[in-house]
Amino acid sequence: MASRNESASRAPADHADRAASRIEVTGLGKRFLTPKGEVFTALRDVTFTVEPGRFCAVVGPTGCGKSTTLSMVSGLDRPSEGSVKVGGREVSGITGGISFMFQTDALLPWKTVAGNVELGPLFRGVGKRQARTLARDWLRRVGLAGFEDHHPHQLSGGMRKRVAMAAALINEPRILLMDEPFGALDVQTKAIMQTELLGLWEQLRPSVLFITHDLDEAVALADRVVVMTSGPGTVKAVYEVDLPRPRGAVQDLRYEPHFLETQHRIWESLREEVQRAYALTAGADA
Amino acid sequence: MSITPTAAGQVAPTPPHTGAAANRSVAEAGRRARRRRLIWLWVARFGFAVVVIGGWQLFTSLKIVDPFFYGQPSGIWKRTIDLFENGTEFGSFWTDIATTLKEAVFGFGLGAAAGIVLGVSLGQNRFLADVLGPYIKVVNAIPRIVLGSIFIVAFGIGVTPKVLLSAVLVFFVVFFNAFQGVREVDRNILANVRVLGASPLHVIRHVTVPSALTWIIASLHTAFGFAIVGALVGEVLGAQHGVGLVIKTAQGSLDPDGVFAGMLVISVITLVAEFLLTLLERRLLSWRPPSPAEAAAI
Ligand SMILES: Nc1ncnc2c1ncn2[C@@H]1O[C@H](COP(=O)(O)OP(=O)(O)OP(=O)(O)O)[C@@H](O)[C@H]1O
Ligand SMILES: [Mg+2]
Repeated sequence: MASRNESASRAPADHADRAASRIEVTGLGKRFLTPKGEVFTALRDVTFTVEPGRFCAVVGPTGCGKSTTLSMVSGLDRPSEGSVKVGGREVSGITGGISFMFQTDALLPWKTVAGNVELGPLFRGVGKRQARTLARDWLRRVGLAGFEDHHPHQLSGGMRKRVAMAAALINEPRILLMDEPFGALDVQTKAIMQTELLGLWEQLRPSVLFITHDLDEAVALADRVVVMTSGPGTVKAVYEVDLPRPRGAVQDLRYEPHFLETQHRIWESLREEVQRAYALTAGADA
Repeated sequence: MSITPTAAGQVAPTPPHTGAAANRSVAEAGRRARRRRLIWLWVARFGFAVVVIGGWQLFTSLKIVDPFFYGQPSGIWKRTIDLFENGTEFGSFWTDIATTLKEAVFGFGLGAAAGIVLGVSLGQNRFLADVLGPYIKVVNAIPRIVLGSIFIVAFGIGVTPKVLLSAVLVFFVVFFNAFQGVREVDRNILANVRVLGASPLHVIRHVTVPSALTWIIASLHTAFGFAIVGALVGEVLGAQHGVGLVIKTAQGSLDPDGVFAGMLVISVITLVAEFLLTLLERRLLSWRPPSPAEAAAI
């Protein structure tokens, strides 16, 4: 934290050797009160670790509590039981050094693209002019130079995601939380954004917790894939992905035998869960 | 939109550029369509006024409708000119207009400021809102025009009671909108800025107020109408100057043309205020996407 306001010209793996960016989730549980007044257990006994500077993906059927887990890691929500530790310290309230890319658009529609991106530095107390310079630099890095003065509604969905990415990375977080960031994009745009994300991640090396529905995406990006089950959500299995880095273009990765093999291994496990979750919701409808 | 590789080997959309000749001719066609529509719009508007005012003039001239009770456009116009040239028995008509305007504008400013501040604070603070909520509802349920009588008893027949009455009328409109606007703030956006490290003051400045502004500005249009109503009613209840007093005097002397003349002047004032508020709205809410009607002009 102490060195976060330093210039952007730091060594790439600066965060990696610091235990400050380890995420430890232990015995995490979350219960909600339904509108009828009953207790609904969304998560139970979720345990996994994200090593400093590593990329961890979480896959699981819809409604299994992935977003809920993330909001507890970010400190936006409190666990009902268990604990989340970031850098060895218990999370209570918003933790510094974390950036979050949300599942839905969370840009401020009344601010320009640059105005949105510079919010992080501004909130940290960086001067207005310096923040603007930083924002321009980051917009260039995500390929949006020339769009600084547009408003979010004037951009395409993919471009808005780039803005959100710049806004999340400009703080040079030690931890990056991403909730299906590319879920709403078409296949080509998605591949481009994934490659871009990997490139930027390799420069900054934050620990990433990346939620997705897309197993290909999880395997292509992550070092570790956590498979979750639903009803109540818990961890079913954790897989290590030992594809070499840097991985280059995500599009090309898809055809490598080792990728396919890993993907297949995890899919065997995930498929059961998806089918079970689907049967459950279908059964509830009947 | 074309795609160009950037230095990092990534693919990026190029900045927008103004198009070629083909684009220009399409734009030209669009402009022409819009101009044609605008001409027809004004023809229809003008025609409507001619029918209504002309009909009124015609029926009263033919004595189908009695101009003694309902006035007559030509009479109203004459009376208006007369008011401006010769003033009223109390002095220049300009003094009356200035007085009413002063009351309405001060009342508007006071009421709107109080409404925004209180609306935003209560919208932020759930507990405070729950405590004060019932009382605000009770006060809102009072027929507020009656407050005018109380203010006049308390503050005399000067400008103050009218300003207060205007302010009260304006306050509630703006307050409820500001309150609702704050409540409608997108939870996702709130979560986003909180994670980015925003302090409560940051949140108010960068999120709550801009988001509520859409609601607040919308309410200001209605609110200015209420400010005028407050000033006029206050003047009718008791005053030395003001358009309300002119209208009341005309009513007392069975002079419908005089009443309509006062109305005409007030309408012009309100229209000007409306225009200024629209300018303000355009400035403050320029970030909003254009409405589908505007965007689909081509
Ligand atoms: N505030 C809340 N009150 C009650 N129930 C909630 C609340 N938030 C989430 N839930 C429930 O918790 C479960 C997990 O929700 P969550 O949003 O974490 O799922 P998810 O895994 O992110 O799903 P998806 O992949 O579709 O985004 C869901 O069944 C949901 O209905
Ligand atoms: Mg989710």
